[in-house]
Amino acid sequence: MTTEVGSETEVKKEPEKAEEQSPAPEQDAQAPAAEPKAEAELPCGETAPPGGDGDAQPKAASPEKERKQKEPSAGKGISRFLPPWLKRQKSQSQAEPREAEKENQEKVDEQQQPGQESAPKSPVSEAKEAPGEELKSDDKDDKHSIGSADTQPAKEEKGDESLERSADVKEKEESKCEEKKEEGETPKPDSGTEKPLLKAAKKMKTVMCHVTLLDGSQFPCEVEKRAKGHFLFFKVCEHLNLLEKDYFGLSYKDAADQKCWLDPAKEIKRQIRNSPWQFAFNVKFYPPDPSQLTEDITRYLLCLQLRQDIASGRLPCSFVTHSLLGSYTLQAELGDYDPSEHRLEYLSDFQFAPTQTKEMEEKVVELHKNHRGMTPAQADAQFLENAKKLSMYGVDLHHAKDSEGVDIMLGVCANGLLVYKDRLRINRFAWPKILKISYKRSNFYIKIRPGETEQFESSVGFKLPNHRSAKRLWKVCVEHHTFFRLVTPEQPPKARFLTLGSKFRYSGRTQAQTRQASSLIDRPAPYFERTSSKRVSRSLDGAPVVSVSDQALRGDSSVAGDKENGREPALELSSDSKSKLRVQGENIYVRHSNLMLEDLDKTQEDVLKHQASISELKRSFMESTPEPRPDQWDKRLTASPATSLRLQAQGKTPPTTDGPLPDSKDIGKSAEDKQRSGTGEQAEVEIEETVVIKEVKKAPKTKDVAPEVVVGAAVAEEAKKEKEGEAEEKEDKRPGGGEASSSSDSHSESEEEAEYHPQVSSVSVDQIKEEPEEEEPKQEAPPPGADPIASAAPPRAREERGAASEGAADEEAHNGHTETRQGLVSVEEDEEEEEEEEEEEEPRLNGDVSRTETERLPQVICCSEPPVVKTEMVTISDTFAAQKTEISTKEVPIVHTETKTITYEAAQLDGAGDSEPGVLMTAQTITSESLCTTTTTHITKTLKGGLSETRIEKRIVITGDSDIDHDQALAQAIKEAKEQHPDMSVTRVVVHKETELAEEGED
Amino acid sequence: MAGLMTDFGNFTHAVVRAIPDSFAKSAQRRSGGELDVSKAQREHELYIGVLKHELGLRVLELPADESLPDCALVGDAAVVCGDTALIARPGAAARRKETEAMRNALKELNLNIVDMEDESATLDGEDVLFTGREFFVGISTRTNQRGAEILADTFKDYAVSMVPVQNGQRLKSFCSMAGPGLVAIGSSEHAQKCLKVVQQMSDHRYDKLTVPDDAAANCVYMNLPGKGHVLLHCAQEEYPESAKVSLNSTQHGTSPFPSPGGLTDLLRNLRLPQRRVPLHLNATPFPS
Repeated sequence: MTTEVGSETEVKKEPEKAEEQSPAPEQDAQAPAAEPKAEAELPCGETAPPGGDGDAQPKAASPEKERKQKEPSAGKGISRFLPPWLKRQKSQSQAEPREAEKENQEKVDEQQQPGQESAPKSPVSEAKEAPGEELKSDDKDDKHSIGSADTQPAKEEKGDESLERSADVKEKEESKCEEKKEEGETPKPDSGTEKPLLKAAKKMKTVMCHVTLLDGSQFPCEVEKRAKGHFLFFKVCEHLNLLEKDYFGLSYKDAADQKCWLDPAKEIKRQIRNSPWQFAFNVKFYPPDPSQLTEDITRYLLCLQLRQDIASGRLPCSFVTHSLLGSYTLQAELGDYDPSEHRLEYLSDFQFAPTQTKEMEEKVVELHKNHRGMTPAQADAQFLENAKKLSMYGVDLHHAKDSEGVDIMLGVCANGLLVYKDRLRINRFAWPKILKISYKRSNFYIKIRPGETEQFESSVGFKLPNHRSAKRLWKVCVEHHTFFRLVTPEQPPKARFLTLGSKFRYSGRTQAQTRQASSLIDRPAPYFERTSSKRVSRSLDGAPVVSVSDQALRGDSSVAGDKENGREPALELSSDSKSKLRVQGENIYVRHSNLMLEDLDKTQEDVLKHQASISELKRSFMESTPEPRPDQWDKRLTASPATSLRLQAQGKTPPTTDGPLPDSKDIGKSAEDKQRSGTGEQAEVEIEETVVIKEVKKAPKTKDVAPEVVVGAAVAEEAKKEKEGEAEEKEDKRPGGGEASSSSDSHSESEEEAEYHPQVSSVSVDQIKEEPEEEEPKQEAPPPGADPIASAAPPRAREERGAASEGAADEEAHNGHTETRQGLVSVEEDEEEEEEEEEEEEPRLNGDVSRTETERLPQVICCSEPPVVKTEMVTISDTFAAQKTEISTKEVPIVHTETKTITYEAAQLDGAGDSEPGVLMTAQTITSESLCTTTTTHITKTLKGGLSETRIEKRIVITGDSDIDHDQALAQAIKEAKEQHPDMSVTRVVVHKETELAEEGED
Repeated sequence: MAGLMTDFGNFTHAVVRAIPDSFAKSAQRRSGGELDVSKAQREHELYIGVLKHELGLRVLELPADESLPDCALVGDAAVVCGDTALIARPGAAARRKETEAMRNALKELNLNIVDMEDESATLDGEDVLFTGREFFVGISTRTNQRGAEILADTFKDYAVSMVPVQNGQRLKSFCSMAGPGLVAIGSSEHAQKCLKVVQQMSDHRYDKLTVPDDAAANCVYMNLPGKGHVLLHCAQEEYPESAKVSLNSTQHGTSPFPSPGGLTDLLRNLRLPQRRVPLHLNATPFPS
């Protein structure tokens, strides 16, 4: 396959090359400088990938022959035969450059900033690349061209051969487009590697996507086969001239004809699988108050969606409402009622209801007459004002069965999860009430926060038709929760210290953020045609095809992108199912103990898909150029032979080339992706996906501060059994009442608890193990900008290790040089040797990787807190004062006697789920006149991996009136806790205030 | 939501039905003991007078039917919202004929009449609470799920949530709307429990007005042009404790509720639920 494709592509491309090459001179100039280095490095050095696709491809070209050999073999074996440098080339060039490019482009589209960033980086990468290319060229100029072509095709073919072929014809165009884009976006890279780029671009295969827009028209769009979802999405948005695009998404029908959302962060091909490249542009998040949308065009598109919803019956309306909405539609589309030209026939084009009666049409016309003088925008606004009140507005329904097998519907909406039986609402779970969302096989679970009068958390389970539907529902829930529930990234200073989880948190763009972004929109109201006029004058084909002007995209991105610095962009882009998990606001933690875990039941398809996604993630991971860590690298090299891996990488790498250029942001993303990917891998092992939601801030936010302050201080330590014994002794030994138990739960599923502090990230057993390595985690701590790098680094380490393990002789050379290479290598591994990696990764994760990685680990599942956390935790103790101050705001004291009711049983329940055996050691209550302090100590011993962990949780309840200095009391309590267990470290402190107001707030 | 609520309680008509002499046999009468029908009839007259003269509503008075002891309790016969009237199918088979007169009367008002044709469905109007934003249906001995479903199908614009009601009561036996976004609720355990369900099931926020006596929570809120906010509730002498609360609550709200008073428990049962009168919801273009 690869060879054939390659030949074709080459032929076509060559002419282009000639044209394109004109810019090449610049590149050449750069290249020479780099050459010397490159040669020296060559062995390792092909690493250069970042610069241009072209570079990567040319490299790849030479390998064609090799590839053929390699591919069949599956990997490891091939490497032997190939010369080290070849191996390197492939791996690096393929994976990084292309991806990097893609990413850059995409990012650019989304955000201008990323583009800027990319530029600076690119030069470096180019320099690196250039040498590599030249070297290759020297060796095999001929192969160059061929190889490049081949490499890409090979990749693509893996996925969808048929599609590729069709796309081949369009390749040229695409390549051109890409080149143009690249030039526009990142001039430097182009200069450095234009030739290679050209080749690469030519070789890229494209696929024609058909997107059904909300007005029913088709938007044909050519994309690379490897393009990710957001690439297409942004093209569509650009075509629509839509800036407020966060409310929208692309959907497709899966094999079961179920509507699925296209994950922007994933490759399209991997999501749709064998389905046709047919998509629909839809509203994904229905804004509860459309009047707050900034632009009329956004409202217009929302109107179109709602008209669809109404006509299809998804949005039920009464007769009157149908008529009223229909009349606004007429006013918007046709303008004022004109008796001379508006007769009933003119309604034939409109569908106001699933079943439209003559009576209704008459009513519509009658009402239409009343709207005289209303502009289309006003009519749309009125339409929305009425539509938004409909009870099913924005409710995404999913078929399910309750625990008794009764058919119900689960509706996901902005406010939470609704349960319907037939048309009746039988239950409702507001987001604030939901502590955890998870699914296992075809079961979907939510864990509910205990009510005021309830002592225990409860879990509610639903049976979905199948695993995929359960996963789909879960995703939708996570997304909606994130989008609507989380607020702006209002991170108080304290959050920084306290928030262990902050790192983990994914800051997707919430509705609040979107609003903020759209408030920055400063452009004249864009002109747009409404459907009626389109019907007349517009041809469906008119839509612009492939070439999306980067500038336009940039424009969009600029608006949206302002907020997205550092991580955010990455987060947005990477909206993997996993990404959905991201916790946005500080308020909420979303955790996946097990991300994207797949069922045992899953079909081969699922498995394949899963693997594909994993490989993708890995690739992206690789793309992110981690900083070289010589030390680790060296170690690994010695440890294991990585050569085999590289060989494989060469074969596979080509796909990566398609990817966007690496920006700093990209790197960040990739890192995240990796992490996710890691989780995904684990997922295979484990079946559950879980999102744990913590609403940390709630308590602090409550303006009315209740007099009662509940301080939960969890002291966690890795202690050998000996220590444990000591700890126990140290602790007060009073038979703990029910109260104590609750703490245990919190640990295992700290996230589940409604803890007010982000920091709270529970101390996971795993963490304990990792403690020795805690220092590394700190890397994450640095500001967003730094984060990406840090995160990236760990992945590398993994990769490197992996490579080493496999045993690569060449790696030594690589060590110092380029991270990218490593990444490439790893990519190969991912695809072919996923299993191996998984195994390897886990151990690595513990040591090196940031917490995110730890999450991946199956072990971590329940607690899943990364090592990093600990460092922060340490801080926390110090920081604590800060927290307190905020918390302590004194307001009308409302004393809750109920505080005492902290439940012991609840803890048990949770504990069972967590599988962490807890032993309640002591409970102590000290009461003074004005201050009542209740301390509950819960000791949990866990034996994992030969290590025994002792976790002590103390719950301190401070009850009193406003006169109490809660801060002081809290500080004292913590101090005492420390003194009691000097050999333990404080891993988490949770401050919970109870106020009557808070209760109300919940709803 | 504000838009919806602005018209909440804006009634134009009231439908009442005279108390038959057979009222003493009322199936709905909770308290044992002898009922002074003539006194009830006097109070009923008073009540009608308030509706007509104090509140300026157009009152349709239906004649009593001696064969239907409970016919005066018109609140069970139909649910009216917007331009649509759903004719109820009372859980007590003996009362189903009561709906006929009501149906005709509502037809006279040019409402769209919807009948419950499903024989398995039962619905008492008093199990239906309309808050101005959504419906709650008490699933009780009188109302079953099928009846609730038909209600939901009839008023598709609104969420219809099921609230289990026990003790043989109906939902409105202990709760009603005392203002926009304000739920009057009895203080009994099951009443409070139901309120919790209501609050949990709703996307909207409701304030609560808790009164000591469950029965006193059954009142009628109106927002009438020229009259402002009006709360029809039972007589102070009947539930003195509850009266205090509701009077106090008056100050709690942004606007005081003048209380016409003088309504007895019996009369209260006869009160016109707000739905009895066509509401003008902003989503409803139809003039009534």
